[in-house]
Amino acid sequence: MKLTLTVNGTEYARTIEPRLLLIHFLRDELGLTGSHWGCDTSNCGACVVWLDETPVKSCTVLAVMTDGRRVTTVEGLARGGVLDPVQDGFAACHGLQCGFCTPGMMMTARWLLDRTPDPTEAQVREAISGQICRCTGYENIVRSVLWAARRERDDEDA
Amino acid sequence: MQVPAQVEYEKATSVQHALAMLARYGPAAKVLAGGHSLIPMMKLRLAQPEVLIDINGLTDLCYITRSGDQLRIGTLTRHAQLLDSGLAGEHFAIMHDAERVIADPIVRNWGTVGGSLCQADPSEDLSAAFAAMKGTMVIHGPGGSREVSAREFHTGPYETVVGPSELLTEIRLPIRPGGGSAYLKVARRTGDWPVGAAGAAVWLADAGGGTHKIADAGIGLTAVGATHFVAAEAEEFLRGRPADEQTLARAGEIAAEHCRPVTDQRGPADYKRHLVQELTVRVLRAAISRARGLAT
Amino acid sequence: MPDGAGHDGAPAAYGSLPRKEDARFLRGQGTFVDDISLPGMLHGAVLRSPLAHARIVSVDATAASAHPKVKAVLTGADLAERGLAWMPTISGDVQAVLATDKVRFQGQEIAFVVATDRYAARDALELIAVDYEPLPPLIDARTALDPGAPLVRDDLPGVAGNRIFDWAAGDKAAADAAFAAADVVASCDMVYPRSHPAPLETCGIVADMDPVTGKLTLWSTSQAPHAHRTMYAMVTGVPEHKIRIISPDLGGGFGAKVPLYPGYLCSIVASMLTGQPVKWMEDRSENLMSTTFARDYHMHGEIAATADGTILGLRARVLADHGAFNATAQPTKFPAGFFHIFTGSYDMRAAYCEVTGVYTNKAPGGVAYSCSFRVTEAVYLVERLTDVLARDLGMDPAELRMRNLLRPEQFPYTCATGWEYDSGDYPRALRLALDMAGYDGLRHEQAERRARGEYMGIGLSFFTEGVGAGPRGLMDILGLAMADGAELRVHPTGKAVLGISVQTQGQGHETTFAQIVAHELGLSPDDVEVVHGDTDRTPFGLGTYGSRSTPVSGAAAVVAARKVRERARLVAAVMLEVAPDDLEWLDGKWRVRGDPDQARGIAEIALAAHSSIDLPDGVEGHLDASAVYNPPNLTFPFGAYICVTDVDPGTGEVKVRRFIAVDDCGVRINPMIVEGQVHRGLADGIGIALMQAIVFDEDGNCLGGSFMDYLLPTSLECPSPELGQTVTPSPHHPIGAKGIGESATVGSPAAVVNSVVDALAPFGVVHVDMPMTPAAVWRAIQGRPIRPDLALS
Repeated sequence: MKLTLTVNGTEYARTIEPRLLLIHFLRDELGLTGSHWGCDTSNCGACVVWLDETPVKSCTVLAVMTDGRRVTTVEGLARGGVLDPVQDGFAACHGLQCGFCTPGMMMTARWLLDRTPDPTEAQVREAISGQICRCTGYENIVRSVLWAARRERDDEDA
Repeated sequence: MQVPAQVEYEKATSVQHALAMLARYGPAAKVLAGGHSLIPMMKLRLAQPEVLIDINGLTDLCYITRSGDQLRIGTLTRHAQLLDSGLAGEHFAIMHDAERVIADPIVRNWGTVGGSLCQADPSEDLSAAFAAMKGTMVIHGPGGSREVSAREFHTGPYETVVGPSELLTEIRLPIRPGGGSAYLKVARRTGDWPVGAAGAAVWLADAGGGTHKIADAGIGLTAVGATHFVAAEAEEFLRGRPADEQTLARAGEIAAEHCRPVTDQRGPADYKRHLVQELTVRVLRAAISRARGLAT
Repeated sequence: MPDGAGHDGAPAAYGSLPRKEDARFLRGQGTFVDDISLPGMLHGAVLRSPLAHARIVSVDATAASAHPKVKAVLTGADLAERGLAWMPTISGDVQAVLATDKVRFQGQEIAFVVATDRYAARDALELIAVDYEPLPPLIDARTALDPGAPLVRDDLPGVAGNRIFDWAAGDKAAADAAFAAADVVASCDMVYPRSHPAPLETCGIVADMDPVTGKLTLWSTSQAPHAHRTMYAMVTGVPEHKIRIISPDLGGGFGAKVPLYPGYLCSIVASMLTGQPVKWMEDRSENLMSTTFARDYHMHGEIAATADGTILGLRARVLADHGAFNATAQPTKFPAGFFHIFTGSYDMRAAYCEVTGVYTNKAPGGVAYSCSFRVTEAVYLVERLTDVLARDLGMDPAELRMRNLLRPEQFPYTCATGWEYDSGDYPRALRLALDMAGYDGLRHEQAERRARGEYMGIGLSFFTEGVGAGPRGLMDILGLAMADGAELRVHPTGKAVLGISVQTQGQGHETTFAQIVAHELGLSPDDVEVVHGDTDRTPFGLGTYGSRSTPVSGAAAVVAARKVRERARLVAAVMLEVAPDDLEWLDGKWRVRGDPDQARGIAEIALAAHSSIDLPDGVEGHLDASAVYNPPNLTFPFGAYICVTDVDPGTGEVKVRRFIAVDDCGVRINPMIVEGQVHRGLADGIGIALMQAIVFDEDGNCLGGSFMDYLLPTSLECPSPELGQTVTPSPHHPIGAKGIGESATVGSPAAVVNSVVDALAPFGVVHVDMPMTPAAVWRAIQGRPIRPDLALS
């Protein structure tokens, strides 16, 4: 099957099997290995990417379903080499340890902050509640997102 | 990660196109909406359709609108949209209660209301919620459309009345005065399937002296083997009765008597039966509170 | 930012430095094993047994081999021809690589398919026809020693039953005497259910056998790459100097990536056969069903005390379910690991324990998941028993603990089973935790709520860890000593490269070890590069687990750095034209005593050492040094935890409201990283106590084979933890650090269980086994508890 889609601003045209999962397409076909997979049952969220403006679990989406659409992965989070405030937040607040869940967490965090620029801690925890981290116990991930929110508000005010 | 078997893929451009392909391919074809019920089963190879008919392009099946005294929900509506819908929440708080505890925010972005209902998992939260709300399912097929009560829609585990050449297109919910609804779920963890869950919709009538009686009630139960996800005997009991604690307690007992929970990893049958009793009482209490306009 | 003075006088390079490793992970540029793609790389998949116990009648791979994308299929018979159908385990047993005679657990490896892409490999599995003759499975460990129980290991010569070992520690006579003299004896039967570390990245390998050079390169999810290299050499016959293992970035380990797994060996053989690289990444169900599980201890504990609450002794009898092969990873002399540290944090003169290990038809393993070699089980036992004793005595559990905690003046303290605890001020840590929790206020609140029919619980856990294995004479794994090394090179421009033998899986070694060396040498941590995980570039060591990185490899890094510094002293003396003894190390430089401005820093000294100056004796033209550290003892981190829960008796639901954790891990190199480790362990405790268990049905079907049923805590189950610290340095560690990685996983489950049992006291509940699911809690209230490890229909 022919597939045409835009990933991180670049258009790609490929011929693939309909059964190919989006996560495998991104990783194996396009070499974008920043998104990961960690389960068989759509529970862990290591695979979260954006489909158009919406985070989805890319292990549960067929690549062919993205025909004509836009996908954004962690590789597309920084702009022109400048890290997104979410990425800065994770660095500042030790929001990652092994780094495996981190891309998915950051994609969800970016989406949350786009819609809710001043989230409460509860809203942050709710937003990432479908994604598993085995290293951080979530506390520093939450702090990282709140840090990023504050940074963006400060930049706005400045 | 586990991966699906080979499959063919077609993209529907309209409802009619989808129906034509369903008719052409027969039972070898499966409708692909959000895919968050179907694709996991395909990865585990528990489902091996030969053809997928992708209906994600049918954006005119994605709506939540009010028409007169009906709330109409297109089946391609994503769970997240239903949760975000002020219109839905205003008339049926039960839908927000239920959506809030279905899966997780990311899955809700893509999974659809219709997909979950048609998957017909015996533990599906929305099945119980729509049963409680006494919804009507609109099904399109080669001969046109037909309507089936949400309370007769499911015929068994993973089985509905939707035929192989048919498509569920809309759910209609009656908006009636004096109503309140709620949903309560017990799970082993956030986002897990329910061990037991109950949804209630009640419509009250003034009984004088500041008290109310229950004019009508819908009670939906999931994960506990309730026929059609409905606690019919408990509903029958409630009709016309005073909306007081004694009534609720008895309704809980009746609901518990008439379900058939099975022992599994989520819990033993006696515990599930107890949950039915406990949750039925609590959810009725919450629904009545809301019907009376009290804060919950 | 690095502290000037630091905490408790800690050095300047210590402090909550942001991590050096973050740069690549934030950009999605980590290199995990599945990210690796080599030209011509093939993909492997494992066919696994659906049955827990069965004879293999035949395996027919003809159809699979005929698949157009399949390059090879391996069966047990194929491996047997090469003498590779069985491999040694870390415990001195053998484990089937691909089954030949029988399958002995559901999920056991039967065949290995190699294809040109991973989807085709998965398809081809369905084309392998296996004929099984089912046998009755042994699933309930409690029946393993019954006459007539199914025999799991009929492959072992001379083995007539399912007993693996009997092991005992302590003094039985003294313990019996203590119990005879006691006013009160409290007891409890408790299960520490089978769980699984479940790192987010599963296990896998890329095996590349170069047919021309004979060099075998492996990219592998390995917490112990050097040990794996040695084992592969022994098993495959490939000479060890021709094997290179690169453990790149690991997505978590927690003990899951310590053992060798059949899939690894199959990939190596497949690469040899095909002449191409072979990648195998297990899926999550394989990970949960076949890689090392954790715990599965059935324990009976008794605690003896006087009427006024002085603990006299402890006894325990344990049944240990090891699964179908004995593959526990612990020092060889300790088949039950360090379980005999079960006297915990209390002063008592007598203790005795017996542990019996048995085979069952389940996956092999047992030592994993941040257990510090069974310290998790030991701490759980003693901390539950302490609460049971408190209840029987009618005493507050905090008061009972305070009465019996070891006093600072008692250290170093040799406990009744022979461990010498290095240092600690236990009462201070407990007092701090109680203050942070507002303990008295919580008890008042509890009483008020009970009067309203609301049930909250306050649960304590005071734990002593034993980590940093271990002294060479006492601890080895299959004859390999558990010492670890460090190699430090200082380049002419004063930048340093530290090679260490431990392997990080997220703990931040690239940062903390740089901080260690930076402090010793007066460098910036940015000027120290830490190399790990590549056996060609790092010194030999037994790897990362049991919280041993800081205590052992960290110590090696310090020793190596101090050797460099001493070598530098000699060169500095020449540069400054003074005697070496005229120099003192002050503020990051060698300085002339009494004239501190006459100084040389490491960078200048390194350049001089590489120059043509007259080098002093003892310096050969560089400052480089290496060290292998043989720890004189374990280190003993400790902590006081308090967990507050709210329980709904109508549904059995438990909500963890607060988690207070005071930890003492000695000197903290990077407090931010230390706290991150504690955060994780507290989440582990919540998950293990409330929802995580690998359960089997009577037929041996593993019911915890996916994240739909092996439930892990999310952000909504874990409250924001409240952390405190005390610092009692380890007297024998070169920088006084003790290690922290597993402490919170060790200490937290008991706090959660004690909390829930405390909440349910008005209902007469004295114990609830983990996992305390809503069903389990409700059933406990009804007086009809559920057995957690076995799903009986």
